[in-house]
Order: sequence, then structure tokens, then C-alpha cells
Amino acid sequence: MNLKTTYLGLELKHPLMASASPLSKTADQIKLLEEAGAAAVVMHSLFEEQLTLEEQQLDNTLNYGTESSGEALSYFPELGSFNIGPDEYLEQIALAKKSVDVPVIASLNGVTTGWWIDYAKKIEEAGADALELNVYYIPNRIDQSGSEVEELYLDVLREVKRGVSIPIAMKLSPFFSSTPNMAYKLSKEGADGLVLFNRFYQPDLDLEKLEVVPNLILSSSYEMRLPLLWIAVLFGKVKTDFALTTGIHNHLDVLKAMMVGANVAMMTSEMLSKGRGRFKEILHEMAQWMEEHEYDSVEQMRGSMSQKNVADPSAFKRANYMKMLASFRPDPNSQLP
Amino acid sequence: MKPLKSTLDGNEAAAFVAYKTSEVIAIYPITPSSPMGELSDTWASQDKKNLWGSVPFVQEMQSEGGAAGTIHGSLQAGSLTTTFTASQGLLLMIPNMFKIAGELTATVFHVASRSLAAQALSIFGDHSDVMTARTTGWAMLFSNSVQEVMDLALISQASTLEGRVPFLHIFDGFRTSHEISKIEMLEESVIRNMISDELVQAHRARGLSPEHPFIRGTAQNPDVYFQARESVNRYYNALPELVQKQMDLFAEQTGRAYHLFDYVGDSEPERILIMMGSGCETVDETIQVLRGQGEKVGVVKIRLYRPFSVKHFVDAIPKTTKKIAVLDRTKEPGALGEPLYMDVVGALAEAWTDSNAPKVIGGRYGLSSKEFTPSMVKSVLEELKKEKPKNHFTIGINDDLTHTSLEFDSTFITESKENVRAVFWGLGSDGTVGANKNSIKIIGEETPLFAQGYFVYDSKKSGAVTVSHLRFGKNPIQSTYLIESASFIAVHQFGFLFRYPVLEPIEKGGVFLLNAPYPADQVWGELPEEIQKIIIEKELQFYVIDAYKVAEESGMGNRINTIMQTCFFAISQVLPKDEAITKIKQAIEKTYGKRGQSVVDKNNKAVDIALSHLALVNTPDQSSSDHKLLLPVAKGAPEFVQKVTAEMLARRGDLLPVSALPDDGTYPSGTARWEKRNIGLEVPVWEEDLCIQCGKCVMVCPHSVIRTKVVDKEHLKGAPISFKTAEPKWKEFSEKEFTLQVAVEDCTGCQLCVEVCPVKDKSQVKRKAINMQPQLPLKEEGIKNWDFFMNLPEVKEPFIFDKPNTKNVQLLEPLFEFSGACAGCGETPYIRLMTQMFGDRAVVANATGCSSIYGGNLPTTPWTKNKEGKGPAWSNSLFEDNAEFGLGMRLALSKQRQHALELLEDQEELIGSQLIGDILKADQTTSEGIQKQRKNVEQLKKKIEDQTDPLLRDLYSLSDQLVKKSVWIIGGDGWAYDIGYGGLDHVLAVGLDVNILVLDTEVYSNTGGQASKATPVGAVAKFATAGKESPKKDLGLLAMDYRNVYVAQIAMGSNDNHTVKAFAEAESYKGPSLLIAYTQCIAHGIDMTKGMNQQKLAVDSGHWPLFRYDPRLEDEGKNPFQLDSQKPRIPLKEYMLNEARYRMLWQSDPKRAEMLLKQKEDFTQKHWNYLEHLSKGNGKRSQGAL
Repeated sequence: MNLKTTYLGLELKHPLMASASPLSKTADQIKLLEEAGAAAVVMHSLFEEQLTLEEQQLDNTLNYGTESSGEALSYFPELGSFNIGPDEYLEQIALAKKSVDVPVIASLNGVTTGWWIDYAKKIEEAGADALELNVYYIPNRIDQSGSEVEELYLDVLREVKRGVSIPIAMKLSPFFSSTPNMAYKLSKEGADGLVLFNRFYQPDLDLEKLEVVPNLILSSSYEMRLPLLWIAVLFGKVKTDFALTTGIHNHLDVLKAMMVGANVAMMTSEMLSKGRGRFKEILHEMAQWMEEHEYDSVEQMRGSMSQKNVADPSAFKRANYMKMLASFRPDPNSQLP
Repeated sequence: MKPLKSTLDGNEAAAFVAYKTSEVIAIYPITPSSPMGELSDTWASQDKKNLWGSVPFVQEMQSEGGAAGTIHGSLQAGSLTTTFTASQGLLLMIPNMFKIAGELTATVFHVASRSLAAQALSIFGDHSDVMTARTTGWAMLFSNSVQEVMDLALISQASTLEGRVPFLHIFDGFRTSHEISKIEMLEESVIRNMISDELVQAHRARGLSPEHPFIRGTAQNPDVYFQARESVNRYYNALPELVQKQMDLFAEQTGRAYHLFDYVGDSEPERILIMMGSGCETVDETIQVLRGQGEKVGVVKIRLYRPFSVKHFVDAIPKTTKKIAVLDRTKEPGALGEPLYMDVVGALAEAWTDSNAPKVIGGRYGLSSKEFTPSMVKSVLEELKKEKPKNHFTIGINDDLTHTSLEFDSTFITESKENVRAVFWGLGSDGTVGANKNSIKIIGEETPLFAQGYFVYDSKKSGAVTVSHLRFGKNPIQSTYLIESASFIAVHQFGFLFRYPVLEPIEKGGVFLLNAPYPADQVWGELPEEIQKIIIEKELQFYVIDAYKVAEESGMGNRINTIMQTCFFAISQVLPKDEAITKIKQAIEKTYGKRGQSVVDKNNKAVDIALSHLALVNTPDQSSSDHKLLLPVAKGAPEFVQKVTAEMLARRGDLLPVSALPDDGTYPSGTARWEKRNIGLEVPVWEEDLCIQCGKCVMVCPHSVIRTKVVDKEHLKGAPISFKTAEPKWKEFSEKEFTLQVAVEDCTGCQLCVEVCPVKDKSQVKRKAINMQPQLPLKEEGIKNWDFFMNLPEVKEPFIFDKPNTKNVQLLEPLFEFSGACAGCGETPYIRLMTQMFGDRAVVANATGCSSIYGGNLPTTPWTKNKEGKGPAWSNSLFEDNAEFGLGMRLALSKQRQHALELLEDQEELIGSQLIGDILKADQTTSEGIQKQRKNVEQLKKKIEDQTDPLLRDLYSLSDQLVKKSVWIIGGDGWAYDIGYGGLDHVLAVGLDVNILVLDTEVYSNTGGQASKATPVGAVAKFATAGKESPKKDLGLLAMDYRNVYVAQIAMGSNDNHTVKAFAEAESYKGPSLLIAYTQCIAHGIDMTKGMNQQKLAVDSGHWPLFRYDPRLEDEGKNPFQLDSQKPRIPLKEYMLNEARYRMLWQSDPKRAEMLLKQKEDFTQKHWNYLEHLSKGNGKRSQGAL
């Protein structure tokens, strides 16, 4: 069975890879992912906030209360160096590249323009095979238009493309007025791949404390429907690679991703809840399924059920919405009237 | 190759040589010498090698006494060993110093000399400490400048190895230890040539070794002790020549020549001064000017003071000298004269045998870093012109009591006009000093100019004012005094114009740079008229910048350091502008580079945009302003505060005459309330509709600025319109009104109150029952409300006192207020709580440390009294003896009470059996009982006040002791766990009724964050740079072992009611009580607004379990141990990562951080298991649980 695929110009032995997560922070962890069967690994993101906030916090701490009292000119010893900034991250890339054969894709997560380019260059120098840019932006100003938000993404991409030559993937949010148009613009600006979609941080409320609290919930298979739809729509229209992330939990999910046109499927939640062993299990089941259904290769099925290749393209359009609602049958045991 | 020049301070210069030439360094922090130990510890952690390619062992000890013992041991075992100390620390070393000298042991102690605590403690510089060590048999070598510190440190080391006499290497605390100066660094080859390996090996060979055993340290009897004591004479006799030989050897290599006694001045002088230390340089500078005016004057700088070589001394005095004034920087009350004077008189009597011996007078100068200026030098030399010059004089003060002082003309100024002389007024928090230190480095190391920097700090820990004095010039700078004539003055805080004499030293045509929130065309009208007049009269070039605006634009927050630094360089043109900016940016990279690129970027951005905001102000010809200078203290202050305290606050304390000051160190209580500091930019505002009156905000307020009362409605007549009240939430007060008020002028804006407030508005959750708002718009009404509030009666209902909980306690009047402690301080809420509950009958022994500084540092102090004139009586003895000090108070008070009772029993006829019975049987366990006893005592006093019988007079003088007194022994962990632990342990063992409050910040906070035995494993601190390896000492368990000690471990931020309960139980226990209180501190590296939350995390993670051990319960057949917090419920790491002291280790050495975390987790779990075991059993400790 030929499970091979390509993503961002990289040859992968199969399409199931690990997305950025706490399990891909270090070279040792990346090695474990390779051993578990991941075809490629996106490293844990280097966060803009992590870098700048950590630096500012350290600066504030080391300044606070200093040079105010003749008895205590400072409150902490002078340490030779701090392991902050991108150095540790870059070191892990370099170490990973020495110890694994699978491609290692670095990831930058931020929002401010002007921030990316230095780190992108350093990441390229450290040996990363590609770079995923996660522009994690939550617009909260009423005077900011959609096109301004789009421009922000494009600026980041242009800035990075100017500075580095490794392939660049853009990880997007699902909230654009026109996802196809946005994808098209990104491809025109040189994006090598699109990663659909980012899972937005959606805080919860603690009603006892009346506080907004962070609350990360792992994905379910259901959540892959959204990227599934959009990759199906975009396949063949936008000349970039596609990675489907969010909601990949079993071999059927991977197969669906391939059939709508994704080059790869990225998995994290399943691994976080059930362990790295899921890679091999899913791959085995996927191969088995393909054999049973007489597929020769992943390439053969890729995009086979995209909008342009299905018999009824309207299935991915508004018309399908009506069908879906009409298909709803209430639970006979429910209390619904 | 030219030797490397560097800019550094005296401490670093000494430590540089000491580290290079030592194998073992035993350290203990004490101001102003602590940085020498800190540097040594840091260098060792960086694997920096000594002269022999090895990293010295640096060991922190529990006290200077401990350090001296360790040094003695290390020396006896043959290692090159050193230490650094000052003041009381040196005194604690004296017993060992006698031994070390008696055994002819080579070592050097480097001393940043400092005042001794007498009528008061002082951290500043004079020779009181080292003069106390004169009899130890140590050689004493004085350095007068930073260059000399480095040079003579090496000469000391070389001399001690050859001469076998130990050396004190001495330089003036602060003036030299903290002065930054450009000096020539000693190259390793010079050090190598000066330190003979043969002598090092000889030193080693004299060490104890079982391979060639001997005994040293015998006990001797009358037959031989005397002779043996005389056996060392030849070493002392030989030492002066030997030191001179080393000085000559040094001169050959460096070109810098020193002599045991260096004369400088006219070749045929008539009048000379003799002195030691940094003041010599000011004399040197002054003499150069006076000689230019034809005066025949000179100075002998004494370098080797012990052994005092009469021959070399007399040789150094020009034969033409007719009169000599000896200046001592110490005071020896009752002596014929101060030590140096006595030595000079003795030496001349011995060696100047002809009849033309010069006349000698002696005087005191410069105690506690009192300024010593050219005008004072001139005054002394003028005095010598008189036929009968005043002997035993003082200079620099106005002694209007015993008339010792000489007058001086402060307009006599010798500073070179060619030098840049710049004064910067800033706040500690705005980064002014740090920027100036960078400027000195830039100019000192990047230009041929000489540079000097000296920094004056005030005694507050919040809102501290700093004044930087920077000099730059083509010639070496000898001015060891503050700038008297400034060519440039920068005022970095607009408000200072109204409070301090900021422009006083500016010269005509000088430059004035002001940070103001006004543009150039508006600023003039905002200045006080007095400032306008100086600008006009002195024809100043006046520049203005809104540096806070620039700081905001560049992301610098409240740090305006690089902005003002850029302006200084642009205006002063010490360097070409572009070059200066390049250098500033290089300095930024060097200073902040390791903190991350974004930190460098924001500083660079500040530099880039600063100059576009800088503007020259068009100065009008006439002054005209509605703004006036502020009065230093509030109206209505008592006479002492008006006449004395106010002068200190206005920075005119130097002008106060001797008669203005109490002669025995006794000062009035409650002076902090008259100093309105207005440092909180935002202050809390009460929302009476939301408030549940829980008292938490009052409980946590570190500065006692939030207060509540419940009053009769009629008392509210005439209240200001904005005075808020609410219905009280006590059923007992249903007919009254509750009010909460904020002292807006005294608040530091720390926000602890807002963070701890548990109430949220149901329609707008960000609105709490107390919220921060800008102070300025609230100020006027706030002052009126506060004044009205303070005049309302206090709550007197007994249940408030006798049912102690957070809600009730809020209504009790605090008798500790408005201290200079840090904003968000974790210590002061506990102290305030103590004063609320027991303050009107408390006597306090306070260990030296943060609490003695914010508690007792002039000008103003926070301990106060109530309307009846009663309040805590407070005293500070030393650092090491506080438990014993408090025990002494207990003994005295108990003895006096006992004697009063004895006397009372014999006076039935006069006093009456009823009253005597009431007094003897009074139940003073409740507030009601205590009030009753107060009344009994008043009656008693009335009955006997006119009696003349000696026994009744005696009884009258003792009668107040019949009211129960509460003895409190307060201090930090440095005292309780380390230096004072022996005494604390003994006091616990004695079993008398004292209450001990340990404010456990887990680090030496006052001296800048050195590790103590309370520091937890994994925390980074000074002296534990690589993260502390050993676990925190368990003081509570140790105390519980006595079985008769009440012990409680408390954390107000986790459980405030538990804290209140523990205070009440501790005080009521008729034996020793120990309260160990978790106190957040800026040395933890936390967000100080969330200090109380961090206390909670410390408890929730198991780092700080809450418990009480009450021996009374055992008498009732119950388990005396009660575990009061729940099983750890958050990971330790979650608590730790909130604090930079732990986080820094993850950032610098993550593997070690993880390793120490595991240790800490393991220890915390076992510790918890053990406490749980105790709480479930009978409370007795047993083996095997851990």
C-alpha cells in the first residue's frame, strides 16, 4: 500500500503527522513521535507572548525595587545568562534535526508585524525543514474592517517570505468573510501550504468566582467537519498544499481528509488522550481500509471527494444546509413536543 | 601595553583582589560591605578562578561571629582565607580576631567602615567600628579612594603573608565602598609578583595536619602567659618596614607609590592636618587651592595605622610644622581624645624631643557619612592660625550645647570648573541611578576622562528618593564630598520641585533639565515661584521633556532612565551626540541583552525618540506663579515635628544644632502621620453599596490607610458631603453607622486591598467593593473625610475585642501606620494587626532588619498611640540579640509588677482592702477586665499621688505595671533562623510569657536578598546563586519540641481568621509563643499587587502548611497540634513559577531546577505526612514518620 504523500515539498511516508502541541517541545519528544510513527512533526509553537512577556517579566523583576535603598541595591544575584528568548527553541530544532529522519516543521505563533522575521531567519538557520506561521489574531476593535484583518495576515506572510527560503505554511482561523478569497490571496503571496484550522481559545466562565477562566477542551471527530468543508471547496482552486488539523481521531478521519484534498492530516488531541501509540494503530487501520476498498495509494484518493470531484457539488453549498435540516429526526424518547 | 582602566566601586575593587588571593571566603551580609560577599559568591558560581587556577569556596555563615570562627578554622587548617564586614559585624568577629592575631596567622579582612549603633543605628560610614578593633593585634591599613582600595588590598595580602600579622584593610563605608570611580585595574602578573608562593606554602605548612600533629590554642597559667604574649613583639616591630617594602615593590610594577605616612602639601608648611580615610582626598584637593593662595599648609595621610610606627610618622612630618590638627572620624566618649589624636600626641611626645615640637589639637568630623567639605578643611586650618586653637573640636555640625564645633564658610568651594558636575534627582523606581551608573561606565571606559559617581538614597523603601552626583574631568577626581557647585542638574520627578531644594547647588549659567508633564510653552507657569527665581537669577539654560510620555510610547512603563540619560548626553555634550547615542545603545545591549531582545528594543526605542521631545524653555525675565513650595509636614503637627522632623524631611537636617536632638535616642511616637508623602498615583475608593464589611481590605493594608469605624448617627453631624457610610453588618450595631475611609495622602497604591476584596458587582463584575482610582481628583475631599473620620470616636464595645476575627478586628485602631515599607509589603499587616489587638499595652523588641528600618528610621516613624496616649513602646537593640532583648523587657516588667504587688499588700490601711482586692484579683484575660484594672490603677494612683512615704512613692512609680503588659519580640527570618537563633532558642526554653513574631520572608530582605536558613530549596538568592540546595529549616517543629511553647504557622493571605485566632491565642498563652508568618517580599520576584494570593498558593501547594500547637490543649487531654490547612491541592510548581526566585532557576539552569523541584516535592510530601501524623495522634513527635 502506498501511503506516501508530499507536504510543503517534503516527501512523507504517509499523511498522518503531529501538529504543534506540548508533546513536540523538545528533540527527545520529537524523536518519540517519530518512533511512534508520525510522518512529520510540527514543533510546539514559539509564542510571541512567551518571548516578549517572559523577557518583560524578567526585566521588571530584576528592576523592581533596585537602586532605591543604600542597603539593597538589588534583590537578586547577577546570573550569567538566562535561557529565555528563542535560543532553547532553536537548539531543540538543531538537536531534532540530528536525531530524527522525519521532517521537522517549526511553528511561530504571534500577531504583531515586525516580530516574525528575525525568528524565522533563526529557525531556518537552525535547520527546520519548513515553518508554520500561526497568526493568532482575535479582532476586538469595532473600527477594524475585515480587509484590515486580512491584510495583517498577508503582511506577516510577505515579511517572512522575503527573509527565508524554506517553505511556509499559514495556519488560519475559520473566521474570514471569504475563506476561498483569503486562501487565494495567501497563495498569491507565496504560501506553500494552508493549515485549516486553528482552534481558537474560547475561555469559559467560573460562575462562583465570576471570573473568565481558560479552559482547553480536546477536539472531537465532529470538529473536523469545518476544515473538511473548506478543503473540499479550496482543492483545485488554490495552488497550495493543505493540512487538515483539528478533529483527527481515527483512520476514517484521515481518509476523509485525504479525499477532500488534504496533503496531510495533523493529530494532537487523540494522542494527548490515548497516547502516541495511536499513530501506528490509525495507520494500520487506514491501510487495512484502503486494502479492503481497493485503493492503491493516498495520491489516488487525494481530492477525490473535493467539491470539484463529487457528483453533486452543491453538497458543499448552501443547498446542503436545507437537506441537513430536513434529515433531522428527533429522538423518540425526548420530551420535545 | 597600558593597564586596563575600568569604572567600579570600592567594594568591587576590594573583592577583586580578595577573591584572586583566597581559597576560602566566609561571608555574611552587612551594609555596606555586603556587595563584596555577593560578588565573590557570583564569581564562584561562574567558576571564576583565583590566582592558582582554582575556584575559591565561598560559604555563607549564620552571623559574622560564625564567619570569624569559620575563618579561624580555615586558617588553622592552612588555607588562604578572607571575609568582608563592617560595623556590628566586625564587633562580632573581635573574639576570633584576638585568637587569629595571637596565633600569628596571615589573613586580610576587608572592612567598609561604618558607624556603630549607639543612640541609634546608622548604616553610614565612619571609623567607629575599626577603632574598636585596635586592641586585637591586627595591622590596620587605610585606603582613601577606589584606586587605593584595589592597590592596598594587594599590599595587605602580600604583607600579611610575609609578616604573619593579620590585616584589617579599611575603606570608608559608602563614600569609598559605593563610589564608582575610574581606576587602573591590577593585572594578574602584578598580583602574581606580589604574592609569593613560598609564603603561601609556608602558611599552609603551619596548618593543622595529622601528618605532622601539634596542638595550638592551649590554656596558659600565670607562669608563662605574660611572656608568651610578649613573644610576638618582633613581628610587630618588623612589620612597618616590611609593609613599606611591599609598597615599594608595588610601586616598581605599577608606578603608584605609597608610604606608611604620605605627606602632601607645602614643602615648608606651618600648619598640617593628620587623618585617615577618604577625607584625606578632600583635604588634598583643598590644600592645593589654599597653597595657590599662599598658605603654607599640608596633610599627612596615614595608611598603616597599626602597628603605629613612630619613626616613620615623625619622619613624615615636615620639620617646619608648627601646628597640627588631628581629625578622627570616630567618637570615644569620655576619652582624653579620639584614638588617632592620642596616637599622634603620644608619638610626638616620644620622638619629637626638641622644644619646637608642634602644637597638636584634635577634633571629630564626618560621623555617619556626615559631609566633610573643603570649607570644613579650611575652617580647621584657619583654627590652627589662632594662638589658642580649640582642642577636641567638632567640624561639620553646630554644637550649641558644649560648643565644640568650629564654624565654617560653606561658600568656599574648590571644585574644578573644568569638570562636568552633574546632579540627578530621581526616584528609586524610575531607574535614575542605574542609568547614571551606565553613563559613568560609558564616559569612564570610552573616553580619556576621569569619572566619579556617588549616590545618595533615602531611608524609605517605597517612593524612595535618590540623588546621583556625577563628576567627569581630565584629571583624577579627589572630591570625596557631594557636589557643591553643579554645572548640570536634572530633576526626574516634577513633584520634587515643591518639596526639596533641588537647585540649591547650581552654578550661574548652569543647565537645568526637568521631566515635567507639560510642554515647553506651558511648563514655566507650573513651576513654584522659588524655582522660577533661581532660574532667572542664575541665568540657567532650562530644558524640559515629558519623559513619562516617551516612556509610554516606547513601552518603558515608569522607567525613564534611558530617556533622561539620552537628554543628559545631548545637552552636556560630554561626547559628540551621535557617538553618545551609539554608546548608550551599546550599554543597553550590555546591561539588558541577557534579559531578551524585546527589552533591548524598548530601551533603544526610548533613546531614539527621546530627543525629539526635548525642548529648551524660553525663560521670562520675571517670576510669576501661583505655585509655592510645600510645607514639609502637615499643619497642626506637634512642636518637635515642626522644629526637628520637618527640617529633616526638607533635607535641612544637617543644619539642626546639637540641642535640637534628644540626647538618649528617645523620639516621640506617631510622627509618620505628619509626613504626607502622596506617592500613590491611584488610591482605593470604597463602594458602600457593595461592601459586605468583611474587613479583608483593612486586614491586608500594609500602610494602615484603610480604616473602618462604627459610630452613633449623631456623630456624623457635620460630616463632609462626600463622607460615605453604610448600615453596619453587626446585629449589635443596628442603630449605628459603619464607615470606611482611606488616607489618600498616605496610600502607596499597592492594590492589595482590591485584590483581596471578595465582592463583585453583579452587573459589572470588574467593580469590586473597593477599587483603585487616580489620587489627584480625590485628594481634596479625601483629606477632609480622613480628618473627620479620625475625630470620630473609636469602637469600645468589648465583644469586638474579645471575639477576635477579621470582621471585628477591622474596627480596632491600628497603632502602626504609614510606614516607609515597600508598597505591598507582607510584613507590616501582621505588625499592624498586633497593634490593633494589643497595641495599647504592648512593649516591642524589634530585631534589626526591614522592620527596624521602616519601624524606626528617621525622619518619621510609624509606631503611634491612641487618643488616651497609650500605644506600643518600641525599641531596637541589635540584629543578633533580639530575643534576649525582649526577654529582658519581660523580666523587668514582671519584676516591677511583682514588686508593686508586694508593696500593695502592705498598704491596706491607706488604700483600702476593697481596691487592693480588686487589683490583686483582677481578671485581665478580657478587654473588659483590662479596662477595669486600668480604672483600679487610676484609683490607686489618685489615692497615693500626694503621699511622701518612700514605699508609696515607689508603689506610685510602679503602679502602671499592674495593668497587663504584652511583650512582643519581632524580627525577620535572618534574625530568627540564623543570627539570633541561639538566643531565640534560649528564650523559648526559659518559658516566660513573651510573644515572638517571625516575619518570614525566607530571605535577608533588608540587605538585598541573601539566602537565610529559611530560604526554601530551589530558590535563587544572593549567596545561593545556583538555587538553594538544602531545605528550609523547620522553626515551628523545633520550637514545638519544647512542649511548653505555643507555636503557630500562619499566612494571612490564605486564612486571615486563622491568623487573628493565632495572635489571640499566642498572646493569651502564659508562656513563650512563636508566630511564624509567611510574608511576601519584593525579593520573591512576584507581582506585588497579588502578594496575598501568592500566600494562598504557598499554603495550597503545601509549601506553607498552617498549624497551631497549643500546650494548653494537652492539659485538657486533647491533641495540642492542630493542622489547619488542607492537603496540598495544587502542584508545587504552580506556586513556584509565580515567583522569580524560583523561575530564574528554570530560566538559567532548567535541569537543576527540575532536580531541586523533585527534592522539594519529596520533602513537602513527607513533611505534610508528618504533620498529618501529628494531628491525628497525640501531637507528640515520634520517629519514623518522616
